[in-house]
Amino acid sequence: MTEPLVSIRDLRVAFHGMPALRGIDLDVAPGEAVGLVGESGCGKSVTWLAALGLLPGTATVGGSVKLQGQELLHAAPTVLDRVRGGRIAMIFQDPASALNPVKKVGVQVAEALRLHRGLEGAAAEAEVLRLFDQVGIPDAKRRIHIYPHEMSGGQNQRVMIAMALAGQPELLVADEPTTALDATIQAQILDLLRRLQQETGMALVLISHDLGVVAEMCRRVCVMYAGRIVEESPSEALFAHPRHPYTQGLLAALPDMVGPRRRLEAIPGGVPEPWNMPPGCAFAPRCDRATPECGAGMPGFVPVGPAHQAACIHVQPATVPA
Amino acid sequence: MLRFVALRVGRALLTITLVVTFAFVVLRLSGDPALMIMSPDAPPEALAAFRKAWGLDDPIWLQYLKYFTAILQGELGQSFRDGRPAIQLVAERIPATLQLTLPALALKVGLGIPAGIYAALHRNSAIDRAVMTFAVAGFTVPSFVLGLLLVLVFAVQLGWLPSGGQESWRSVILPVISMGLGGAGILARFTRSAMLEVLGQPYIRTASAKGVPWHQVVRLHALPNAAIPTVTIVGFMVGTLMAGAVVVESVFSWPGVGRLMVVAVSNRDLAVVQCILLLVSATMVTSNLIVDLLYGVLDPRLRGTAPAGGGH
Repeated sequence: MTEPLVSIRDLRVAFHGMPALRGIDLDVAPGEAVGLVGESGCGKSVTWLAALGLLPGTATVGGSVKLQGQELLHAAPTVLDRVRGGRIAMIFQDPASALNPVKKVGVQVAEALRLHRGLEGAAAEAEVLRLFDQVGIPDAKRRIHIYPHEMSGGQNQRVMIAMALAGQPELLVADEPTTALDATIQAQILDLLRRLQQETGMALVLISHDLGVVAEMCRRVCVMYAGRIVEESPSEALFAHPRHPYTQGLLAALPDMVGPRRRLEAIPGGVPEPWNMPPGCAFAPRCDRATPECGAGMPGFVPVGPAHQAACIHVQPATVPA
Repeated sequence: MLRFVALRVGRALLTITLVVTFAFVVLRLSGDPALMIMSPDAPPEALAAFRKAWGLDDPIWLQYLKYFTAILQGELGQSFRDGRPAIQLVAERIPATLQLTLPALALKVGLGIPAGIYAALHRNSAIDRAVMTFAVAGFTVPSFVLGLLLVLVFAVQLGWLPSGGQESWRSVILPVISMGLGGAGILARFTRSAMLEVLGQPYIRTASAKGVPWHQVVRLHALPNAAIPTVTIVGFMVGTLMAGAVVVESVFSWPGVGRLMVVAVSNRDLAVVQCILLLVSATMVTSNLIVDLLYGVLDPRLRGTAPAGGGH
């Protein structure tokens, strides 16, 4: 495997002493697309906010996040300011509130150009126009002068993407980029992200609670539950042979596109509260395969196929080496 | 935009009209100027002559009509006491009042806003708590209590500063502090909560995520948004430039508009009181109007239905 672009090891985050992330290990290779799925509150976004030092001061962060060998956790602000937007860019769920309401959208994109590429004035404006064109904002010459509230949600997300591209990042973290948008716009934005990833060769981390979206966009998927990654796999293998009971439950809750109609199966119970984590596997209280051993300790990863591993003591290890 | 401005100006004029009318009614109902000026045991003929000379024997609606048409012609009447034009009496006092209220406003803004910003940026720190304690104390202690306290300490005990009057620039210090500290406290609290609100917004995280250094995030992204609620409060303070000193002027025997008003009210010197009220309400209404227009400048969302892309 090529040297990872980003390497996260044992990343732990707690808010006011309540654990939100309980040891995340994750590598992102240059140019690859990784999906991060899980219910809201499982720590998908927190992982990347922590990696970039964007969590509020009330959060305690431990572990390691390296960008090509450079440690980012607790790095100096000047180091982080170069990385944020310049090497790792991030876009967020609700584009309407993620853009500054009192600044023209063109100005907001130009700011990233000034910070990361030293472009000002006419050169910056020309580049903003090019970026708007690249992300498919029509009539860019006029639109760079308007405010976020004068644009639709989809257009605002395109502005966010243009802003993220402005610094020519090596990794784009898209945090639920389509959740707040209409279905038709969702597809357009996902197409755009896929096209941009191919054009620029940047890596993409797609955070979503929508398995379908992730499957479509990403070669590799990590499933998160209660602050840990419980299964990691190539997309096809995950959908064909989900191994962790939680992943199986997620897939069983999705309707089939082909075959007879069946009753969708909900996972019983709810995610345990951070202050009430079971000692062993966090999914055990909702799991129909749980045994007393599940509570004994945090299950480690078991290799179950090529590049496919699941954190469950009940899965059978694969005979083929991973 | 023109419609917006016309609407606001119209409303401002209506407000002034209402204030003037209200003042007229209350002053006419609350006592007989003739008795106040001439003393109650003056001969009835003298009282009658006084009333006749000032038009006070007309029916009240006629008095109001005369008074109102006079105002429209810029004629604000004469003082009962010395017969000089009321406007001249009031105008003479304006510089003295501004001598107190302008530095007090500068103190409020110059102390309150930076303190509020600093407190918000260092939330829950010792300095934040100190600023907030000071702010609460600042606006719960009435200015006259603070004024008397300052006089007691700095004039009576220490003898550093004069206790009243208008002799030198040093006379300004105590009244300005008594007026300014409370306002600074109010502004500090408002600015702090406005900043905290803004700093929690997603676009602040976006700015950080694109690599904007924190001091620029604060200056370029947070402050312009936090300015919107803060401007409202500053606007109110500008509005009280004329009337805000009534109590403090009395405490420090300062010859300003406020003290003139106290004297004029107790003497039922109608023209003077009405002139002051007109001045005070015009200041308040003007500053509110400016605030309304400033909202549009500060917040593009409030610019009404400007056509998209029209702003370049």
